[in-house]
Formats: sequence, structure tokens, C-alpha cells
Amino acid sequence: MKDTLRLAIALTLIAAIAGLILSLVEAVTREPIAEQRRLETLKALQAVLPPLDNAPDADTIELTVGTDKKGKSVKRLFYRGRKEQQLTGVAFKVVAPDGYSGNIEIMTGITPDGTVSGIEILNHAETPGLGAKIVEPAFKAQFRDKSLENADWRVKKDGGQFDQITGATISPRAIVKAVKGGLEFFRDHRDDVLAKQEVKP
Amino acid sequence: MNLAREFSKGLWQENAVFRLLLGMCPTLAVTTSAENGIGMGLATTFVLVCSNIAIALLRKLIPAKVRIPAFIVIIASFVTVVQLCMEAYVYDLFKALGIFIPLIVVNCLILGRAEAFASKNGLVPSLADGLGMGLGFTLALFILGAVREVLGSGSLLGFSLFGAGYQPFLLMILPPGAFIALGLLLAGMNRLERR
Repeated sequence: MKDTLRLAIALTLIAAIAGLILSLVEAVTREPIAEQRRLETLKALQAVLPPLDNAPDADTIELTVGTDKKGKSVKRLFYRGRKEQQLTGVAFKVVAPDGYSGNIEIMTGITPDGTVSGIEILNHAETPGLGAKIVEPAFKAQFRDKSLENADWRVKKDGGQFDQITGATISPRAIVKAVKGGLEFFRDHRDDVLAKQEVKP
Repeated sequence: MNLAREFSKGLWQENAVFRLLLGMCPTLAVTTSAENGIGMGLATTFVLVCSNIAIALLRKLIPAKVRIPAFIVIIASFVTVVQLCMEAYVYDLFKALGIFIPLIVVNCLILGRAEAFASKNGLVPSLADGLGMGLGFTLALFILGAVREVLGSGSLLGFSLFGAGYQPFLLMILPPGAFIALGLLLAGMNRLERR
């Protein structure tokens, strides 16, 4: 009994000291980490939106875009880019659930008239050397200036006009579908997305 | 002189990857490029040195019966420190290594050195042991990463080597390439050793 108590005290002490050290490190790194994440989003936003002079991550609106399998509503954050107070574009994240391995997260930028101004791949787990080529500029560039009206939103193999990647058709197909879904949502809910002020509940 | 031996044994005679075949999971998974190999190796080295120091200092205070959980708590704490610092200051590398940073906790190299060396030796030898073992691990990961990157992407540390005409040998940066490259390297090492 006495022995057990000694063991418990020793372990408790070690765990307590470890906890103390970790909380100190967490306090020191909290701000740089938040800043890194913000910079990452901001970099993606600047890459996909037309030239802007505001902080798009401060000018956002959150809308419900549908429901998931459990009936819970899915929210999506829309970032608005402006230049001299004029709206130049809207950016939002779409998720392609049907990539080759795992979800592909795409930041999509759209001008107010519904034309893609750029896309950026945020997260993916596609095969290196094959599907992972979706991050290359040549692939992303073909989405620029495409809209629901002026393009056939399928990969060439399916009769559309987006290049697939040799050896990897699934990843581009998933992205084309996801970006198209984003454009359709924007077309149907344009006024909500562009609403002047975020409505606080 | 003894100290120099504790340090240098990790580099070659008892190299964690090429001799002991410890820590294979991160070795095979992250070495798709030389840079990832170095990053993973240095992160592991940091954890190994810190945990060796802490365990060497505390070895007389930790009761033998609970030494394994105590070691794990100490190692996990240092891993979390590394993870937070990497996310805060080297974000790109943090993204590239991903899940394998928290998994340093279960790298058997670290627990192995804690159990086999640091819990039986003083501060200075444990420090030398951790540093040597860690740098040996880093070196091994760098070599493996470099071989795979040169063959699989045609570049080294991100610099293109063969020009645009080079058709990369993709298999080498896919998971099977890790096994093939490691197997060939081990065969080469054994050959050198036997001479």
C-alpha cells in the first residue's frame, strides 16, 4: 500500500511538472501559431482574388450552404475582397470529397459577375507525382476566367474542357465538380453572399 | 575518450536506421525529400537529447516500477514542445511532416535510448549518447531522402538537377520506393562493413 502510494506520487509529480512546462510553451507559441494560420489563409485569398486593398479575412459573411448526412447545417465562410471600397471578388473554400485519397480543400475566388478569378489547393492527400500535380500553376490557371456560361465543367476525358492529368483523372474531376458546385451556389445566392453587412444572430 | 565513443557509436556502429533498424515508421514515411528527412531527423534529435537529459537527471527519483509511464510522459512533453514550436516558427516544414511529428512519441529509438542508456548513465554520457544517436538518425534520413528525391523528383533539396528533360522515376517517392531505397542502402552498408 505504502509502495503504491509512492509510485502514484512520483508519477503525479512528473505529470504535473510536464503540464506546467507545456502550458508555458503553449502560452508563448499561441500568438505566432494563430498568426501563421491567418497568414496562410490570407496568402491563399490574395492568390485567388483580383487585386484588392482591404483585409478580406476581416470582411466575411457566413451562410448555410446545405445539410450534411445527419441533418446538421453546413456553414461556409465567404471572404470579400474590395478595392477602393468597390467589391472586386468573393472567395470561399469548397471541399471535394471524391478525390483519390481524402478530401481536397480548394479556395475558390470569383468576381461579382460569377467568373472564376483563381483557385488554390489548400489541403490534399493525392498521390505524389500524379494526383498531387493539381497544385501546379498550369493546372490551376485553366480555371481562371471560366464561368458557368462560358465553359463545360467536365474534364476532357468526360467531354468537357478541363485538362486531366496523365495518370490521374480522379483528382481533377473531383476539383472541377467542387468548383462548379461553388459557382452554382454563388449564382443562386448572389445577393446573400454580397450582402453589405454581416448579420449577427 | 569514452565520451567520444558514446557520441560516435550512434553515427555508424549502432546507427539507429542502418544498424539497429529502429524507428522505421517515420524513416519510411517522411523521406520523400532530403529536406523532410533533415527536418524529421532534427526534431527527433531535439526530443532525444532533451529526454535523455531529463531521464538521466531524474533516474534516481523515478521508481523502477513506473519508469515506462514516466519516460513516456517526459518524451510526450518534449514532442509537444517541438510540435508547438515548429507550428509557430517553421510552418511549411510543420505542414510537410504533418502527423509524423506527434508520432515521434512512439519512435522506439527514443524510448529505447531512455531505457537502455539514460536510465543507467549520468548526465554527460547521456547527452553525448542522445546527440550521437539523434545525428546518426538525421544522417540516415537525409541519405535516404536524398536518394529518393534525386531519383524520384530529379532534384536535391529542392534544386533541379537534370533539367526539364528528366523523366522522374516516380516509384521512388511513392511508398514502395522507401522500402526499395532502404533495402539497397542496407545492402550497400553491409557490403562495406564486410570488406
